[in-house]
Amino acid sequence: MSVKSLSQLAIKEKAIIEAIEGHDALQIRLQELGLVPGTLVSIKRYAPFGDPMELEIRGYCLSIRKADADCVMVRTEEGAGK
Amino acid sequence: MKSASGKPVKTITLVGNPNVGKTTLFNALTGMRHTTANYPGVTVEKRAGWISLGDSEGAAEIIDLPGTYSLTPQSIDEEIVRHVLLGEQKDTPRPDLAVLVLDANNLERNLYFAFQVIETGIPVIVVLNMWDEAVESGKIIDIARFSELLGVPVIKTVGHRQTGCDELLSLIRRHALDGTQPVNDFGFDGLSIQARYEKIESIIRQVITLPDKPVETISDKIDQVLTHPLWGWVFFTGLMAVIFQSIFSWAGPVMDVISGGVEWLGGVAATLLPDGQLESLVVDGMIAGVGNVVIFLPQIFLLFFFIALLEDFGYMSRAAFVLDRVMKKVGLNGRAFLPLLSSFACAIPGVMATRTIRDRNDRLATILVAPLMSCSARLPVYALMIAAFIPSTPVLGFLNLKGLTLLAMYLLSLFAGLGMAALFRKTLLRGGKTPFLLELPPYRIPNLKGVLLTMWDRGKEFLMNAGTIIFAISIVLWFLASYPKDPNITQRYEVLKQNAAVTLRADALKDRIQMLDNEEAGAQLKASFAGRMGQMIEPAIKPLGFDWRIGIGLVASFAAREVLVSTLAITYQIGEDADETSTDLITALQNETNPVTGKPLYTPLVAVSLMVFFVLACQCMSTIAIVRRETNSWSWPAFMVVYMTALAWIGSLTVYQGGKLLGFH
Repeated sequence: MSVKSLSQLAIKEKAIIEAIEGHDALQIRLQELGLVPGTLVSIKRYAPFGDPMELEIRGYCLSIRKADADCVMVRTEEGAGK
Repeated sequence: MKSASGKPVKTITLVGNPNVGKTTLFNALTGMRHTTANYPGVTVEKRAGWISLGDSEGAAEIIDLPGTYSLTPQSIDEEIVRHVLLGEQKDTPRPDLAVLVLDANNLERNLYFAFQVIETGIPVIVVLNMWDEAVESGKIIDIARFSELLGVPVIKTVGHRQTGCDELLSLIRRHALDGTQPVNDFGFDGLSIQARYEKIESIIRQVITLPDKPVETISDKIDQVLTHPLWGWVFFTGLMAVIFQSIFSWAGPVMDVISGGVEWLGGVAATLLPDGQLESLVVDGMIAGVGNVVIFLPQIFLLFFFIALLEDFGYMSRAAFVLDRVMKKVGLNGRAFLPLLSSFACAIPGVMATRTIRDRNDRLATILVAPLMSCSARLPVYALMIAAFIPSTPVLGFLNLKGLTLLAMYLLSLFAGLGMAALFRKTLLRGGKTPFLLELPPYRIPNLKGVLLTMWDRGKEFLMNAGTIIFAISIVLWFLASYPKDPNITQRYEVLKQNAAVTLRADALKDRIQMLDNEEAGAQLKASFAGRMGQMIEPAIKPLGFDWRIGIGLVASFAAREVLVSTLAITYQIGEDADETSTDLITALQNETNPVTGKPLYTPLVAVSLMVFFVLACQCMSTIAIVRRETNSWSWPAFMVVYMTALAWIGSLTVYQGGKLLGFH
């Protein structure tokens, strides 16, 4: 098990959201969109040139810039995707 | 509020997340009967229609609110939704009923907003739209249980097939009239977002049965190609090529028909009206002026059509996803790409397409640079100048200087636009509070009727809102180019024509009269206000290599850029019917000499300088009208004209003076 930022995940990797750091508009909106601690998130793809990234969360797809995804800390572990 | 029949009018709103098919439902409920306007003081669009509540009950106004993820607002349109639902919005009464549209296949996130709406205490009907998609993905949703848990009526619909719309309508009628408030206490008070989502998850578990194995969606397969690092770009470039090709080739014949129609109408008006100033006002002012804009309608409508089609299909957000990285470099976001690209055909649909950009500063920066993109109205100007002054010298064997010059103009416009965008984002329109979070909805088969309706709506909106301003400016420009009439000139040519009638006969006489008419028109134009303005600005444009004739052209082409060609034709006494391929006009320009030095007045350098001016200057009253409408203020269009004119002047000055220093002439 390791904790890292969402933007460090590779394509097809799955993880559980651990924490959202900060309390700005961005962090509030991310949580409102369902990125709250305990939620399963998976990386679908990166755009050409590697930014932004596309996530799948709570059954829908969301695009987010890597710089904005830095504040989302996730936990990866064996079998996190089940 | 009371209706004409004296019955109190009910207000109903449609609310929901973006991409849930709210607008399709709105169209299905109201048909063609709706209006679009702005909320007072802001640029957020207000779409409102009417539905009948039954013979004796009168009608209800139904308002389509912008798609929103949360009632904790982060942008102007979200603020409007909040204000309307809480009854704090000026000139919109607190709704009697909110129709809450949810994507049946994406309930979890949709429910977050749904709970916020229900908690406002407004009577609510929950609509599970796109029911078909939920069924296809293998989900089973227990509607009765759902309704019980939420404490409000729940109904399923498939908006684009109009399935369930009749049931929804009768439910709306019933609930708008009785108006019971839901008495819910979800116990959310003071809960964190996380805790709310935990409650939502527990509701979802009670209501939805998921399939054993997730069904692989078609969207995934399509996305593997359309957002692929290589194929994504190939597809995007190909798609844009096809769109542009069809805009130019399909719109062409219709534009010819319209141009013929405008001429015909002018001809009819000319025969019906007595010769004189009224005839001139109607024919040369109103009909020709409005005709200058109407001619671009086929292109504008086609662009609106393609934009609506791609939006409906779900490709727009993918294009934004693929292009965000590029646009980020100049401080814009992926959504700005399409408006800018559309502006290469015409800035009007481009400016209107900026509505998808949520952040105000992002959107304003995009609007301000959209008119820098080289639109199709600039083509006649390039064509004339290139045909007359740029030699077809071969370059690298397979290219030629004429073609390269044209390409250079397009590249200049692109770089100027992106450069100015970067500058605005660093100075005037710094920062953006809204992060670039973009939902990528599943691909959906476009609903042709909905697409056509959207196209029609936006086109009509352009005509209605910009039309009056365009009409007014046309008349002002006509007045400037027609008055004051110099009686001496009229008299002098009258005498010349009479003399000709004495000495010449038949065809020779006709030719001579035609020539004198053209000369007279040229002399009168020089004496008019526009002519005087052209001469007055000569000192300012002389360093750019322009004389007063081009000055008149610059004043007159404020109506629309291609007017420069016909204005130059009048000043060169070719007759106003000449176009950019007219050899008379090309020869006249080539042969024009400077009266002092005897050298040619127009040189390739002057031609390039003039083209650069037209790339950069805001010579288009329709753009000004649409920017005023979209920004809801006169200061932004005024600023746009000032900065673009300054940019054009500096650009041309650099080209002309720099070119002279380098030994060109």
